[in-house]
Amino acid sequence: MLRTTAAVLAGKSARVATRLRGGGSALPGLVVEKVDPKFLATALADLPKGVVVVTGTNGKTTTTKMLVALLRAHGLKVFTNPTGSNFTRGVISSVLGEVSLRGTIDADIAVLELDEAHALHFAKVVKPTHALLLNVARDQLDRFAEIDYTAKLLRQLAEQTTEGVVLNRDDSFVARIESTLKPNVEVSYFGVDETIAERLGELMEQDVRSDDDFVQPLVSSGDGLLLPIDDRKFLVTFADRADGSANVGPMQVRQHGLAAMINATAATSMARRLLGDDFLPATAVSALEAVQPPFGRGEVIDVDGQELELVLVKNPAGFTVALSTYGGRPVASMVAINDNYADGRDVSWLYDVNFASLRERGVELTSGVRAYDMALRLAYDGVEVRHVEPELTSALDTFLAEHPNEPKRIFCTYTAMMALRRTLAERYDLPDIGEDAPE
Amino acid sequence: MSQPTPANVEPIVNDDLAAMDVVPTTLGDPTGPSKGRVTVVHLYPREMSIYGDLGNTRCLEARLRWHGYEPNVISHNPGDDFPDDAHLVVGGGGQDSGQVRVEADLEKIGPELKELAEDGVPMLMICGMYQLFGKAFITVDGKTLPGLGILDVTTRGNEKRMIGPVVLSTEFGDVVGYENHSGSTVLGEGQEAFGSVRSGFGNNGEDGHEGARTNNVVGSYLHGPILPANPHLADWLIARAVEKALAQPFEPGEIDDRFADQARERQVRRLTKS
Repeated sequence: MLRTTAAVLAGKSARVATRLRGGGSALPGLVVEKVDPKFLATALADLPKGVVVVTGTNGKTTTTKMLVALLRAHGLKVFTNPTGSNFTRGVISSVLGEVSLRGTIDADIAVLELDEAHALHFAKVVKPTHALLLNVARDQLDRFAEIDYTAKLLRQLAEQTTEGVVLNRDDSFVARIESTLKPNVEVSYFGVDETIAERLGELMEQDVRSDDDFVQPLVSSGDGLLLPIDDRKFLVTFADRADGSANVGPMQVRQHGLAAMINATAATSMARRLLGDDFLPATAVSALEAVQPPFGRGEVIDVDGQELELVLVKNPAGFTVALSTYGGRPVASMVAINDNYADGRDVSWLYDVNFASLRERGVELTSGVRAYDMALRLAYDGVEVRHVEPELTSALDTFLAEHPNEPKRIFCTYTAMMALRRTLAERYDLPDIGEDAPE
Repeated sequence: MSQPTPANVEPIVNDDLAAMDVVPTTLGDPTGPSKGRVTVVHLYPREMSIYGDLGNTRCLEARLRWHGYEPNVISHNPGDDFPDDAHLVVGGGGQDSGQVRVEADLEKIGPELKELAEDGVPMLMICGMYQLFGKAFITVDGKTLPGLGILDVTTRGNEKRMIGPVVLSTEFGDVVGYENHSGSTVLGEGQEAFGSVRSGFGNNGEDGHEGARTNNVVGSYLHGPILPANPHLADWLIARAVEKALAQPFEPGEIDDRFADQARERQVRRLTKS
């Protein structure tokens, strides 16, 4: 106990110090980890409704936000890591904000977004009661190297989970995990209705999967399926009541696109599993419809009366989703590609994205450290690039000046987005990163 | 799989992952009369094209067209008959599971590939396919797996991964790319390297060699993909392929390579001190 109290105090002061410096969220976590490696286990051990981990390559942040909103709308006190700081140390940092000196937190349940590799590291310290496993795609190959390896990480995490897992039945790497779980772990699935199954191609790279022998699991009663009604409206259907009274929706979430609908389906399926009979479809609809897109996932900034959309792109599947989401509404576009560690240092993946949907309008500018590589990539897809300006602020200035009276969109990698957003925040009134704009 | 076509240029659109839906007009003019048909075979696009290596085939296809030739891109998948008119053969990197899926087929078509290589057909083999074109691969636990032996290189499985941007000096000039491999490759005696490392690890991080070249076969660890930013290498492969296909010297067309040159020169400046 003494050791935990010392760890809490050390961590809290590091957290304050980091905040004052305006620094990142991992340092205080590092301090606590050194002082008391069991800190997390102590803090999260006695939560009455358990610890839920959300992981997978794409959609973690959005899905976590949605799941938290669903549980809070049903009256639960939820602890989460809202800063997108999805490594273990980031989670410790979040816990420090809410922990008592005894090292416990006052919540019914924890919902944690974790990076795939760190989810497993986390599970060595805290066994999750539930895991929501979204998908496997190539991402930041510098860290994970290979997709098979990522799939293995998710499998191992699922095997550490004590009560229930919710799996993506449309992602063969994830759906297959079912076969190796302990018999007392309850398994259910989320996925898309068979009527729109062919649209899944929009979300996945095709060239890395070899699934000839994959048989999709049958739909059973606890499984949530996405059934779109139109471009924006959709239902999440549950087959366990024949009259459809278990269905959630029709509803419309604030983020556009199929990926956001699937994330809502995943979150709804997990919320229903956690809440059981307490789950109320109407409450779920109003909760999901109120969720703001997280930072970088379709954030819209008002620039002199026109919308400027910042879209984070970090891997082929994500960029493909972004293009298919916005392809129907072509606007003036800029693409900013950096190759720092947080961006993924290898830009080869840009050749696994099809940019044909940008052909009609062309691209106004490419920017970032790899501006010329991006311009070259677009040229090979027949997309005209009007300017190349590696320096981000100059590029932004040109982009805004040349397109004053129309909506604009910037596709950017992580550090390019951070830099652009910093510049925009100096000029326009923007909420802090990690916080939501006021309702 | 390959059929005769008229001599005039018709865009070839097929279901191959490597094929383009349209021929871009952004860097060159694809509309002139065809100087002849050149067949590019991409080996195992599904299993062995991770890290954007399909971009190499896309680059070759577009450049052939901009140079005034008619590209015929064929995907060779496990179990297919190997096309009998291959003028240029391309292969990429894959995951371990991908390599397992192609091994049997590669053994089957190995003799044909060897013959083509000896006959001067240009080939570009990246990462995993580079290793499989070597003499042998020795796994971490000491097992020796034979390769095709077209390149006299031996690769040893390693715990350490060699990852990062690369700059090479080659006879084609500076070449930039990105490596991501755990295999450590050593050249056999007398085996020529593809380039010498100015920045990065290369074959093994020790002897300064990167890749291997025998006759017109180039093996390299470089993704990027390698060809778009290094068009001089792409055009060298195309020139050799044209000579094979048409028994005539290569007549280049006009291509705007300013983006490629900027992309490459900037990487060279960033990564080398001098």
